[in-house]
Amino acid sequence: MNTENPPFLVARYALIIAIVGGLAALLTFAAGGLGGTGVTAQEFVDLQQGHTVHAGFRRAHAKGFCVAGEFVSSGALEPHTTATLFASQTTPFVGRLSIAGSNPTAPDLKAPVRSLALSFAVGEREAWRTAMNTPPVMAVRTPEDFFLQLSALAPDRESGKRDPGKISRFFDEHPESKAFTDWASNYQPTGSLATEKYHSINAFYLVNSGGKRQAVRWQARPVARETGIRPAPGRDALHREFFRRLGQGPVKFDLVFTLAAPEDDADDPTRPWPQSRRQLVAGQLVINSATPQAGGACEGISFDPLVLPHGMEPTRDPILRARSAAYAESYRRRAREHWLGRAGEAGE
Amino acid sequence: MKPDNTVATYSFTVRIIHWGMAVLLLSLLLAGLTMVRSLEPWQPALLGLHKSLGTIAFIAVITRLSARLDSASPGLPQAMHPLQRAAARSSHLLLYVLMIALPLSGYLMQSAAGRPIHVFDSLTIPTAFPVNQELYGLFRETHFALAASLAVLVLIHIGAALHHGLVRRDGVLQSITLPKGKLDKA
Repeated sequence: MNTENPPFLVARYALIIAIVGGLAALLTFAAGGLGGTGVTAQEFVDLQQGHTVHAGFRRAHAKGFCVAGEFVSSGALEPHTTATLFASQTTPFVGRLSIAGSNPTAPDLKAPVRSLALSFAVGEREAWRTAMNTPPVMAVRTPEDFFLQLSALAPDRESGKRDPGKISRFFDEHPESKAFTDWASNYQPTGSLATEKYHSINAFYLVNSGGKRQAVRWQARPVARETGIRPAPGRDALHREFFRRLGQGPVKFDLVFTLAAPEDDADDPTRPWPQSRRQLVAGQLVINSATPQAGGACEGISFDPLVLPHGMEPTRDPILRARSAAYAESYRRRAREHWLGRAGEAGE
Repeated sequence: MKPDNTVATYSFTVRIIHWGMAVLLLSLLLAGLTMVRSLEPWQPALLGLHKSLGTIAFIAVITRLSARLDSASPGLPQAMHPLQRAAARSSHLLLYVLMIALPLSGYLMQSAAGRPIHVFDSLTIPTAFPVNQELYGLFRETHFALAASLAVLVLIHIGAALHHGLVRRDGVLQSITLPKGKLDKA
């Protein structure tokens, strides 16, 4: 034991401060307190939730309802993937039909995008979640450009209105958005959520028992035909139509997988693959019931599309890879509000 | 685990696990803080790694705790003020509590989200209960609060250890570093 001060006492303290301070700086840097480049998940969700935060609700696609049913596999995908739910069997799922936007009370018929999200009950050891939307492709290729797109589309804080000049400038500056804008200008919203086509948009890999990877996209293709009859008007027009329709029997979709050819770029979500690509009907989604989302089975689920079972893998698509962190941040915010009892109610 | 003044160092097992976990915990903290913000293409891989390494850290701390209880631990120098000794002991106890609670809260929040833990694609830990949003909110915030507490406590721990090693030079730092034979008994 040394009772006297060691030599170079100041230098010794300086070294301690440098080591501890350096580590503290490193941790602070990782937490984003110092600098940082690129768009973060927090900035993304801030933008999505808009100026008015609807506590307890998803920050994107806030308005929706829960559905439940089962997936009846055809077995057609079995040679391409080891995922057990594509063997010839039936797998229950919980899902959610929703419309785009951060407002949980938005009028159904005004939403530009509709979506179907599914969470398959593969067991306690596996999960498969997918969030499908009406557009077949993205307008942009990177999360940074997607951030700019959402910024251009966001209503002005003062006027509450969108700026058409800003929007057209954005699409002019992003020629990769052509397939998306072509789709958007031809898209006719259907009269029912049961007659829409919902797309995975991003591509994924199926992996079979031999380790072979096949790039795929999928879509939920409605079995019911579009009648052309407009739903009764009202804020919840599509919701009411769907619940009424279910009273007459299950709502069905074919789950159709499109297999990429080697020349197709699986990592680019802006480019559609040619119509001639091979398609396989993996099975049928049979929706038997629907419930409001408040307290419903889908409410607590984050439909992160990177939750994949064995036999499926993500591509290197940068938008797909960014979705996990953004979904997690949105989930964190609303779950926290529910835990603290601060969640609001829709319809106020 | 009762302090034993006849030994000058922790057992070899405890020392090895200590330094292994030092690297592991710092990596886990950095990965965790980064992956919740990043939209980069490597984010999902980092998230997977965080869960795998977190599981290993949990196994390591349990092993370490039993190794520590199994062997004699060196006592603190009598020259330390009783309050300092109490602070040292309680901070070590708190470090163990955090090292155990942190991976548990991570597992529980993933369970609440309905997501099993895949450890390096070779082992799967099933979810503990069905999806539950309120519990996710609780465990997600707990996980962060525990991580932030651990980060602060680790910095204090390093600062205090360096103070023992560089300024007080009382053998406390050496008790976790030097091999037994080379210990300076001065």
